[in-house]
Amino acid sequence: MVATTISREQILDWLSDVADPEIPVLSIMDLGIVRGVTINDEVVVDVTPTYSGCPATEVIEKSVIEALHDHGIENARLNRVLSPPWTTDWISAEGREKLREYGIAPPAAGGTKRELLYASRSIACPRCASTETEVVSEFGSTACKASYKCNDCLEPFEYFKCI
Amino acid sequence: MNDKQALLAYVSRLGDNALILGQRMVEVVAGYPELEEELANANFALDYIGQARMFYAYAGELEGKGRGEDDFAYLREENEFRNFLLIEQANGHFGDSITKLVLFDAFYLLLLEALTQCGDLRIAEIAARAEKEIRYHLRHNTQWLIRLGDGTDESHERVQASIDNLWQYTGEMFAVDETDERFANSFNGPDLDAIRTEWQANIKAILDEATLRMPEDAWMASGGKQGRHTEQLGYLIAEMQYLQRTYPGANW
Repeated sequence: MVATTISREQILDWLSDVADPEIPVLSIMDLGIVRGVTINDEVVVDVTPTYSGCPATEVIEKSVIEALHDHGIENARLNRVLSPPWTTDWISAEGREKLREYGIAPPAAGGTKRELLYASRSIACPRCASTETEVVSEFGSTACKASYKCNDCLEPFEYFKCI
Repeated sequence: MNDKQALLAYVSRLGDNALILGQRMVEVVAGYPELEEELANANFALDYIGQARMFYAYAGELEGKGRGEDDFAYLREENEFRNFLLIEQANGHFGDSITKLVLFDAFYLLLLEALTQCGDLRIAEIAARAEKEIRYHLRHNTQWLIRLGDGTDESHERVQASIDNLWQYTGEMFAVDETDERFANSFNGPDLDAIRTEWQANIKAILDEATLRMPEDAWMASGGKQGRHTEQLGYLIAEMQYLQRTYPGANW
């Protein structure tokens, strides 16, 4: 049974302590993948995957259930939703700031389809804010990041790529 | 074939293309010449396999016999897979792999865009998710094809040979069969003729920039969509299914 006193806001607050396993500075709320919470006989959390093959998806789902169990909610279930699809535009302003402080350049705002295919963007260095940066590799340590270097402060950094 | 059968066949075929291509790419993990491509290849393979899982999970629900994504991937015979012949071709050298990916992804991206508008909500949702990933793949692989074509005489010659060799497998992507027709009519599915026109224009633009010659359409190989495959697929499936065949029901 779920105590009727538990509010949706309370649940969302608890979920903001659930970290993304690959970028732990971000919570799943910052990431924008929690799409809804329904409280009836059970608590149902709607979550959308980031990338189709993201290996973190199952870990995230398990962490959500565990977090609710830790707060005494035994009857919790996860509902995977696909629509609307996640893009980097779903990352909150707070999440973007956390990324920058952590040393990962946050994703540029979504462009047009054509731009995403062909344009190259200038990405600001998360350390010195210079835009004199260059891409080292379109791929990084996880599916969602690319590797860059800053030509001013000479630091390498990761860019959370825009999709 | 009724609507429900056509829908199941269509979804399972989408899963087959994604899975077999993903599995092909997994073969070269830790075998690419440089780190960036190593990461690109592994990440791309992961996207395809993730898409296959979503299509197969849906196919299992449509079928209603309790089969899940693993049953579709690991417990079907070669002739039950309906992927394009293009997809199953061996990796070859780096230029071969890049060429195959550009030819397929340029088609797949247009297909997914059309599927986001189709009448089946679940397919439209998966397509909307997958389309964003494939756009990134195509961007990356196109840059490589241009670099190889407009690179040295050696790279130009070799990648031109890749295109000339793989071209015979491209016709099948646009060959409308009963499943395609039924899906187009009953579920507002893609118009493959329109996709072909756009695909040809896009490929022509890429090849022009790469200083490569677009082959003339001639005899086209077909059969993959009907389960008649080239020799290449059997080896891939044998390796992919080995564990489940040897230790049925193995889990971890």
